[in-house]
Amino acid sequence: MNGAEIVKTGSGEPVIDVRGLEMSYGSFVLMRNLDFTINRGDIFIIMGGSGCGKSTLLKHLVGLKQPAKGQILYDGISYWDAGIDEQERLKRRFGILFQSGALWSSMTLAENVAMPLEQYTTLSSAQIRELVSFKLSLVGLGGFEEFYPSEISGGMKKRAGLARAMALDPDLLFFDEPSAGLDPISARLLDDLIIELSESLGTTVVVVTHELASIFAIGNNSVFLDPDVKTMTASGDPKQLLKESPDPKVISFLTRGEGVQQH
Amino acid sequence: MTSELAISRNADGSLLLALAGDWKLTNRLPSPDSILAELASGQAVQRLAFDTAALAGWDSGLLVFLARVIDACGQVGVTVDRDGLPPGICKLLQLASPENQRSGVTRGEKNPSFLERVADAALDQVKGFKEVLAFIGEVTLAFMKMLRGKGDFRRLDLIVTIQETGAQALPIVCLISLLVGMILAFVAAIQLKMFGAQIYVADVVGIGMVRVMGAVMTGVIMSGRTGAAFAAQLGTMQVNEEIDALETLGFSPVEFLVLPRMLALTLMMPLLCVYSDLMGVFGGMIVGVGILDLGFMEYVHETTAALSLTHFAVGLFHSFVFGILVAIAGCLRGIQCERSASAVGYAATSAVVTSIVCIVVATAIITLSCQVLGI
Repeated sequence: MNGAEIVKTGSGEPVIDVRGLEMSYGSFVLMRNLDFTINRGDIFIIMGGSGCGKSTLLKHLVGLKQPAKGQILYDGISYWDAGIDEQERLKRRFGILFQSGALWSSMTLAENVAMPLEQYTTLSSAQIRELVSFKLSLVGLGGFEEFYPSEISGGMKKRAGLARAMALDPDLLFFDEPSAGLDPISARLLDDLIIELSESLGTTVVVVTHELASIFAIGNNSVFLDPDVKTMTASGDPKQLLKESPDPKVISFLTRGEGVQQH
Repeated sequence: MTSELAISRNADGSLLLALAGDWKLTNRLPSPDSILAELASGQAVQRLAFDTAALAGWDSGLLVFLARVIDACGQVGVTVDRDGLPPGICKLLQLASPENQRSGVTRGEKNPSFLERVADAALDQVKGFKEVLAFIGEVTLAFMKMLRGKGDFRRLDLIVTIQETGAQALPIVCLISLLVGMILAFVAAIQLKMFGAQIYVADVVGIGMVRVMGAVMTGVIMSGRTGAAFAAQLGTMQVNEEIDALETLGFSPVEFLVLPRMLALTLMMPLLCVYSDLMGVFGGMIVGVGILDLGFMEYVHETTAALSLTHFAVGLFHSFVFGILVAIAGCLRGIQCERSASAVGYAATSAVVTSIVCIVVATAIITLSCQVLGI
């Protein structure tokens, strides 16, 4: 398995369509005029410097925060214009991996993964148990069913969080800084896992990250947020951007500040 | 569309599973039991192959099904030919295979014996007691150092804590004391009214509030309000490694964090107690004048006659002791906090329990001592 060399292009069919999105905290506008499309099967990277609003954009994409202006369409359905039932249906298509796993600390790994299944499916408890074990072994945690989150390492927590995010077979997976706090090898393994899962299941993946290695290894589409002009300044395949972007800030970001001759 | 499973046996002893239709969790999926029965039937099976030409869609349901079949084949030594499966499924099954699982995390023995648990609990108690003594010792040393003018904390911290534990606690102390004063008056009135002696309600409320209840109520409020806050603040600092940062820079956490909190609470508690006394007496007066038809001046006169400075001194002494107890309990639990979010909650709870128990025990000791000494 060599994830770093796999380059996959999306099938071209748009899944998430962001139109004229403006994000703000009260009267403070964080980003405006965001327009981009995420296609089915994409591994889409949201990149930008610290504090530019990457995680806030992710919160908008998963329906945790309401846009100040603009629309976010999922297969043509606007989340915030839809009724509560429709929103619930959309939410069930999302799987989210939070920065440090966000596992519920009072439950075992198996109970964590079983929660969404118990809530949203009519499977019997034996079926759920089997499914949970399979999901955990899919992320390499077979045999850890009865462990509590406090008993496992940070990398394993992220994997368990991923198993929970995938519990309902979502067709949209969101990752907030998947490699933060992991050693390079664990980070690479997680990247490989993301590619494998996206390829095998055909899942669309949206990743917030500023780890260059990850960006080039897994991303085939991206958006670059620039806090100075409060909007996106580039979008497209990050490898392509590195070669062709006319924007010195994008090049500087993608080369750790070494690509542009300044000063 | 439903999911279908057909099992056929070839002449060469291989089993062919033909999967067709939509293999999704939302459908009723066929059970793998028929295949397991076939494998165990005694007729030798060498190989298991798949035909997925008619497979329309799949999700985790199919994966779980296949994982179980492949696992069963492994147990009876049947070779599984995965060529007939879609590549995505092969990859996922590979990811979930036993050789791809993490290892290396072990936990302590799961079920220690009864004796072991009893011994552990006893040793924990001893250890906890030692920790309390060590902490009190450290606080005392830090206090002595401060008296010599070498206290190592920021004056601003002290002032902010004084404001938080003093002025900002006034509304709740006011409400609770007023109500407790009224309750005392009602309870006393039930008996005293039978003898036509309602006027002595003023004595009961006055002495009760000023001598004990004002101090105890303030202590309980402050343990819930401030003791828990201290534990949560210091616990969060422990989780964020802020306390380690202080220590590496040569600051003593006890001097820097515990001392200002203890000073603030020990100074503010008697003041709050006086305020609480006043509010309690006022509450009693509302009941006395409003419901028991006592005169306003009559009530004031009876209260002043009943109270003496000794009662005040005893009440203030109580609150001074409670201030120290609540601050020490809160800070101790905060400093002892482990490094997880749930530990902070536990520290806060434990601080409240510890300080309320200490308050009640201290009240009993002081009351008994006063009785013996005739104060």
